[in-house]
Amino acid sequence: MAGLKLTDVAKAYGEVKVLSNINLDISPGELIVFVGPSGCGKSTLLRMIAGLEKITGGTLEIDGVRVNDVPPAQRGIAMVFQSYALYPHMTVRDNMSFALRLAGKSQAEIDAAVEKAARALQLGPYLDRLPKALSGGQRQRVAIGRAIVRDPKVYLFDEPLSNLDAALRVATRIEIAQLKEAMPDRTMIYVTHDQVEAMTLASRIVVLAGGGISQVGTPLELYERPENEFVAQFIGSPAMNLFKGEITGTGTATAVRLAGGGTAVSAVPTRDGEQGLRVNVGVRPEDLVPTDDAAFLYQGTVDYTEALGEVTILYFHAEPGETAVIAKLPGIHADLRGRNVRLKADPRKVHLFSNGKSLLYRK
Amino acid sequence: MNPALQGLITIVVGVGGCVAYYYFSNQLLDKVLFPARGPEAGRNINRANMIRPWLFLFPALFALGLYLAYPVFETLRLSLTQRLPGGGSEWVGLQNYRNMLGEPKFWEALRNNMLWLIVVPAASTAFGLLAAQLTDRIRWGNIAKSLIFMPMAISFVGASVIFKLIYDTRAADQPQIGVLNALWLQFEGGFWSLVFLKIVPALILLAFAAIVAWVAWIFVRPMFKTGEPTGFWTVPLRLFVAGAAIYLIFLSLRSIVNIFGAELPYGQPQTWLTIPFWNNFFLMVVLIWIQTGFAMVILSAALRGVPEDTVEAAIVDGANPFQIFFRIKVPQIMPTIVVVWTTITIVVLKVFDIVFAMTNGQWETQVLANYMYDKLFRANDWGIGSAAAMVIMLLVTPILVWNVWNARRELR
Repeated sequence: MAGLKLTDVAKAYGEVKVLSNINLDISPGELIVFVGPSGCGKSTLLRMIAGLEKITGGTLEIDGVRVNDVPPAQRGIAMVFQSYALYPHMTVRDNMSFALRLAGKSQAEIDAAVEKAARALQLGPYLDRLPKALSGGQRQRVAIGRAIVRDPKVYLFDEPLSNLDAALRVATRIEIAQLKEAMPDRTMIYVTHDQVEAMTLASRIVVLAGGGISQVGTPLELYERPENEFVAQFIGSPAMNLFKGEITGTGTATAVRLAGGGTAVSAVPTRDGEQGLRVNVGVRPEDLVPTDDAAFLYQGTVDYTEALGEVTILYFHAEPGETAVIAKLPGIHADLRGRNVRLKADPRKVHLFSNGKSLLYRK
Repeated sequence: MNPALQGLITIVVGVGGCVAYYYFSNQLLDKVLFPARGPEAGRNINRANMIRPWLFLFPALFALGLYLAYPVFETLRLSLTQRLPGGGSEWVGLQNYRNMLGEPKFWEALRNNMLWLIVVPAASTAFGLLAAQLTDRIRWGNIAKSLIFMPMAISFVGASVIFKLIYDTRAADQPQIGVLNALWLQFEGGFWSLVFLKIVPALILLAFAAIVAWVAWIFVRPMFKTGEPTGFWTVPLRLFVAGAAIYLIFLSLRSIVNIFGAELPYGQPQTWLTIPFWNNFFLMVVLIWIQTGFAMVILSAALRGVPEDTVEAAIVDGANPFQIFFRIKVPQIMPTIVVVWTTITIVVLKVFDIVFAMTNGQWETQVLANYMYDKLFRANDWGIGSAAAMVIMLLVTPILVWNVWNARRELR
């Protein structure tokens, strides 16, 4: 049972600030996923928790103990690396028992721990092989096994699936989910840039961007109630559409006149006197539906369609420099290409952003 | 004619001749012998392509054959013959080898060669590895690396001259120009003399004995494990290694006793190169000084090739810097260490220039290559000289084969 507490954690390389003001409270037993675009510092943050990078500001507590200056091995953590980082000159058994051997455990203890982990990960037949004689998926399991034998309080995963092929990635993702279920009191922190992994595995997701935390929440919170435009566009694929507009009606529901000529109604409440406020209206592609009504949210010519079978993705015509509006309709609609289509959306699924922040969350 | 002009003409003619050979022989093959026209054009192209590699390899093969393969067989023949007074030669069978084995100087050379063989590759590789690891950690590491690598650019003879000056001796009342004697005269039998001249060498010898014991134990240990398949040769080989190790440990322990028993001539300048047995080590220093740079460069590249994340994984697993170095990094670059070690071993087996330039084999510093030179060109005894050359080749060949095999495996 171990929680983590990050207070004002910061990382700077000389003058260059990579991360700052990271505040995060992780309860024991959670599976936290760090996501963010490349270069956002998510791996750096994980490596700071592991102790591989020095923390240049703030405090990191594991289990209520400040561990800023505690060496990695004594933090009660184990890490699974993106490239597996298996010791190439050691057999699977030696790879898995290395940490225990360094810790001076007895041979019987080591054997028991290795056997147990090998059984759980179906590595039994491969214990005396060298890593080079294993497939990618097996190597990944050895790397996980190496973490398991140490029985750490906190597991750290650094993009563990990114070197696997698509099919294996799904299978290993499910294995990790099952592993977590088998150890409900162990905390896991998982770094990925893959939203599907984040959405399926996480108990809570931490979205990192621009050297700080953008939003922390359960996967569905992030999807349904993004705090800002960045999270709104980062979570969900294709990304959320943003339309420029101006508030025309306030109250429990808000009416917006859009730059493209349409109108939008959002369930997000606004106050009196906010008429005329310039906002961005956000609608996810899957929330846009075709309409023949006179009141439409957007209309445009379909430039291109991608029929995936279960859904069809429509790309609307955009002037150079603008982002194309995208709609995702259930079923096959390849015939819409070149046609003029009007779209509307359920007010409960229309998001409003002002200066990049969601109006839903303001005080 | 001006010699510089002569040299220039030689270069032009040589390079031009090579270019002309490749160009015209290729033209001959394509245009005259197997022209790519007529009814058999396709077959001719195939034939020309089969012959072309041999055509282009011919100069190299010819030169290697003339200057390498032929001399080997001629040396073998010469080692079995004897020069007759007044010209001509006669077949004497293995008599030359018998004579050679009867000479104490040959056994001295063989013993010294074995000493060189143990000390120089081990010391060069160890120092090279140490330098490679340490210079990677510091800011001025690249400067240090260049300095350590620089002796590689000095010829063996040049290095020998430098070290002859270091070992030089002047009478006690004159200023010493040799660094070693200048240092030696600082010792007067006090506390620091005890530390530097007795305790430190004893500790080094003790460490050497411990390393030998450890390596031997690694070799011998599998014999006690039951149930493992063993080849026919493994048991004798392991026993041989164990025997050699015991001998080396005995030697080093005896040396420790000798060190503490010895009365050191403080205050008297020493002629270092005439102190029997130890003068071998003064010669070895020259080669170690040169080869450390080579080992460092190769091992430094290998160390950089060790994946950083395996080191980080070891840190998370709780390894300290020594464990990371010896249990993660060194095992991963072991193939490179073996290649470096064997490459230096071959250089050592052929060592000639250093001994020739510094002592010429006097005062019990003879080595095989210089012994061969002595017999062949000074005593004019081509029979024994060739026999000595064959012995050197016999010693080098297995190591060379192993080296090439390792290097090729490394490349794969």
